Amino acid sequence: MSGEASLDLRLPIGGLFVVLGVMLGGFGLATGGNTEMYVRSGGLNINLIWGVVMLLTGIVFLLLAKRGAAPKR
Amino acid sequence: MELAPVTHLSAIDYAMMAMYFVFVLGIGFALRRSTKTSSDFFQSGRSLPPWVTGLAFLSANLGAQEVIGMGASGAKYGIATAHFYWIGAIPAMVFVALFMMPFYYGSRARSVPEYLKLRFDEKTRTLNAISFAVMTIFSSGISMYAMGKLFNLLLGWSFDVSVLVSAVIVLAYVFAGGLTSAIYNEVLQFFMIAFGFAPLVFLGMRQVGGWSGLTSRLNEAAIANGQASGAYTHAWQGMTNTATNPLGVEAFGLVMGLGFVLSFGYWCTDFLVVQRAMAADSMLAARRTPLIAAVPKMFFPFLVILPGMIALALTGTAGGIIPAKLGADGAPLLNSAGKVVMDFDLATPMLLIKLFPEGMLGLGLTALLASFMSGMAGNVTAFNTVWTYDIYQSHIKKNASDEHYLWMGRAATVGGILLSIAAAYVAGAFNNIMEVLQLVFAFVNAPLFATFALGMFWKRATGHGAFWGLASGMCGAMLHHGLTLPNGSVPGIKGGFFGLVHTYPSELAQTFWTAIVAFSTCVVISIVISLATKPRPESELKGLVYSLTDKPVDTNIPFFKRPLTFALAVLAMTALLNILFI
Repeated sequence: MSGEASLDLRLPIGGLFVVLGVMLGGFGLATGGNTEMYVRSGGLNINLIWGVVMLLTGIVFLLLAKRGAAPKR
Repeated sequence: MELAPVTHLSAIDYAMMAMYFVFVLGIGFALRRSTKTSSDFFQSGRSLPPWVTGLAFLSANLGAQEVIGMGASGAKYGIATAHFYWIGAIPAMVFVALFMMPFYYGSRARSVPEYLKLRFDEKTRTLNAISFAVMTIFSSGISMYAMGKLFNLLLGWSFDVSVLVSAVIVLAYVFAGGLTSAIYNEVLQFFMIAFGFAPLVFLGMRQVGGWSGLTSRLNEAAIANGQASGAYTHAWQGMTNTATNPLGVEAFGLVMGLGFVLSFGYWCTDFLVVQRAMAADSMLAARRTPLIAAVPKMFFPFLVILPGMIALALTGTAGGIIPAKLGADGAPLLNSAGKVVMDFDLATPMLLIKLFPEGMLGLGLTALLASFMSGMAGNVTAFNTVWTYDIYQSHIKKNASDEHYLWMGRAATVGGILLSIAAAYVAGAFNNIMEVLQLVFAFVNAPLFATFALGMFWKRATGHGAFWGLASGMCGAMLHHGLTLPNGSVPGIKGGFFGLVHTYPSELAQTFWTAIVAFSTCVVISIVISLATKPRPESELKGLVYSLTDKPVDTNIPFFKRPLTFALAVLAMTALLNILFI
């Protein structure tokens, strides 16, 4: 069988989530004082909150890839 | 008529969208070097772990129809829409895992039509392969068309540019990495959808005052729409009679039509999803694939249906979310009772725009874009496989080298994308043609599960029986549709074109009964013709029919890791969800 998957999918998922998490969270930090912008989301700085969630999720994927163990679902 | 776009994206939104595409293309590029044989390209070399194939199994079906359509149905029917998951998907996914995967994976067939060839004969395979190939092209085209139209409306993007750019991106990564690339991107898209929509539901639920606030607002909406209080928040309320629930169906039609015929027909025979499981690295992984998919699937209603319900709840108040449907003259359409008709398809996208500030908005719209594109890619990978193996190799050029078929797979990818673009423009130019085609597909699909079930579980079923059963099931579906109408419709695309013998209370009820008729016709004709024709010797049916195949033995794996245990847990969870939302 020639088709050993050459790329661990957890790497790009983790990488993308880390990058998007940093971008979103960073944007949330930068716009934190802008209360008008966050009226839509009911006064929550959803960018900062969700950026952190995505960053942490991304790190978990990267750690799983590093450990090389299949994630338990 | 050109309308002003609903909103604009800012730099951060575009930057995140661009970053997603960098990763999508990067995956395709990284897989290019390991895609050397036709087996790599079409079957991922049967080498993927089950969590990847499982999430792709779910995600391949998670196109635009799912995210936008289920939100629309949520706004229209309420939580009863979850029947499309809890009745209309989970049982079939469990069935395909336990009972059918051993044949698909074990027979070494490379596609679903090829299984039909092994079990029955060439003509049954060809009938299935051609109808499936045509269907994938149009599905992919419809997905492109819907995307182009939606993003034009929301952001003012040019229809041509969004269709072409998305086609080029999908082409690039499928061409390079084949099925593996499509599957990897489907899994990536699964996480994008989950993380793009979870905050939408979170913010929406906060806004309406949690489940109790949602319930009281939807009760008002239900009464205003002539439904009983609670109709939108209880999945089984009023299901004994078609007149007393928002779906307009009764429990028997729902369970038999949707839960049995339509759902088993899709999840157990559609190569688009089965192909994902066939790419798994072992028989056990292939059997686990649909079960792994079933776990997120049962919770998806909360991600895709709830936004529609929230949008409806917020529409009752000032500054409503769901806009009115506009007529050709730009004025809002009114129904026969003089009330404004809402454009439910915009429920989810508009909620996204209303609740997300810039930043999150970019993420949410990227998730939406991702679901459109993986819908296209899924269809294109299923198309290139069926074209190359079931049409080209079996009818046009047998016995060519493996490089030749790999080349043909890449050529078919280009061809499939070009045809999809053409289909997208046809959909834009002739709306009715698409409706007619979708109807024809419904006729073609309705009897399929009967053919597979007879083939797998009745060794006496013959090729002639299967072929004529399938053909007559399709005709039965057409005849039933042509002789019935949903209440309040005029004869034409909605049915009644052969005359009118019965009127159904709703379109859904008519659809479910069309499926039941097609299935029954196919079973009866297949049995009659099979009994009248010569059976195949049992020695040829080993590995293809249940009673002549060694069952997978799971006694060597711990009991909690066995597919059967997993399946029972999935069914118990689904039953619990039904009870919670009864």
